[in-house]
Amino acid sequence: MVELIQFYGAAAVAIGACLLVIGQRNPMHSVLWLIAAFGALASLYIQLDSPFAAVTQIIVYAGAIMVLFLFVVMLLNAPREDVPTAYGPSAVTLTSGPRKVFALLSVILLVQLAWVLATVGRQMLDTSPAVVAPVQSVRAIGQRLFTDFAFAFEVTSVLILVAMVGAVILARKRA
Amino acid sequence: MSAISTFLSDYSMILGWLVVFGIAFGGLQVAAAVLVYFERKIAAWSQQRIGPYRVGPVGLLQPVADIVKLVFKEELRPLAADKWLFYLAPVISATAAFAAFAVVPWGAPTTFFGLLPNPLPLQIADVNVAILVIFAITSMGVYGIVLAGWASNSKYSLLGGLRSSAQMLSYELSYGMALAAVLVLGNSLSLTEVVDAQQHWWRIAGIPILPGWFVFPQILGFFIFMAAGIAETNRAPFDFPEAEQELVAGYHTEYSSMSFALFFLAEYINMVTVSAVATNLYLGGWHFPGIPIWLGWLVWLVKVGALLFFYIWMRWTLPRYRYDQLMAFGWKVLLPLSAVNLLLTAAGVIAFS
Repeated sequence: MVELIQFYGAAAVAIGACLLVIGQRNPMHSVLWLIAAFGALASLYIQLDSPFAAVTQIIVYAGAIMVLFLFVVMLLNAPREDVPTAYGPSAVTLTSGPRKVFALLSVILLVQLAWVLATVGRQMLDTSPAVVAPVQSVRAIGQRLFTDFAFAFEVTSVLILVAMVGAVILARKRA
Repeated sequence: MSAISTFLSDYSMILGWLVVFGIAFGGLQVAAAVLVYFERKIAAWSQQRIGPYRVGPVGLLQPVADIVKLVFKEELRPLAADKWLFYLAPVISATAAFAAFAVVPWGAPTTFFGLLPNPLPLQIADVNVAILVIFAITSMGVYGIVLAGWASNSKYSLLGGLRSSAQMLSYELSYGMALAAVLVLGNSLSLTEVVDAQQHWWRIAGIPILPGWFVFPQILGFFIFMAAGIAETNRAPFDFPEAEQELVAGYHTEYSSMSFALFFLAEYINMVTVSAVATNLYLGGWHFPGIPIWLGWLVWLVKVGALLFFYIWMRWTLPRYRYDQLMAFGWKVLLPLSAVNLLLTAAGVIAFS
């Protein structure tokens, strides 16, 4: 009973926050609602018995990447969005070309999502300790990360290093 | 009476937890008030004057006077400031400061002298990944400062907010690496287990000479952690973004009355949290050779108090770093030192085990 309340509460916050991300006029508010959505996702991870995934989500995604998003939105001074039409602002009509394409893509996505949920979504996941333990404790995750997935780990660090070096070079003063 | 006693015995663990929660939450607020008083007293003593002495005996009611003044001040907001973000920013700062303390234990699990059936851990949330949770919530505290700088819609605030958040992000790296070095020594992410791993004695040739606290093998790590912690809480000598002579008052220029009080509350609670985590990780938490374990919370309070005294002493002794010196220190000195510390710790653990 308590788990149902926890799950539906976190899911409602996540869905509501994501809808508000695209529904805000002020881009700063959109960024903040996205951070709230990540908080709800972290809560869902905790309910799935993966505290490490939850905390890593907060540290990396909500705590570092979104701060950089916030810096960019602040410093670029993105203006408020007002949809100009002949009848007044923020009238959402499907009259222009891009809007028709977006509507079609959204319908395709909804159909795919419904199909996946109807076929796979009804199966219960395997929650036996043999399957769950290797992805649950920090020690187990660390062992697999540095042995089975060591190559992916090293390549990812080189990738991040390349991004950092590129940023430093781009921001350098032209002597 | 028997109905009350059965109710108490059925729900005793929950009631015990509520008592622990009340002690921690109330204790933090009392700690903020105590810190306000001692900050002014220690500042006075280092400047060879007396400090507050008129309000109450030895000036002990001065924090009460300060709070009353702040409550009755006028609450101002610049008209062009974003109303939601302006009032949300101090709330985020204060909430993150309080939430980070939720996973810090302040005593050994106790049954309150037999009143409870099982030992109750003296922390609000006993999670396995406590060290990471503290790191995560400290990262969320940056948002309060960024939003305060932006939402005030003033040049001084924006510059102060940007500089302050850049400083906090830079010093979080060394903070995390110093935490990782303690993790290697303590072999666990849970704060209770790290404290219990410090119960032994460091021996040379079999003779115990030092209590088993992690500060002795990790003196460099302790220095890095305290320096990064002081920079994280924006205290001197790293308080350039809020220095009065430089940026008027940085990101909290436009705040007054209770919002300003919330920022200051957040700063003091962050100080308490950093000192509490340093005590648990490096100074052995509630263990002291010779003192019984049920008095451990008193030992813990004394250690945290010593670290807070060190914090306040540093503020009134050292001149502040200029902003570029501050960032250079964080990236070019502390970060390589913390990486070297981590490597040496890992090598030492493998060599001596």
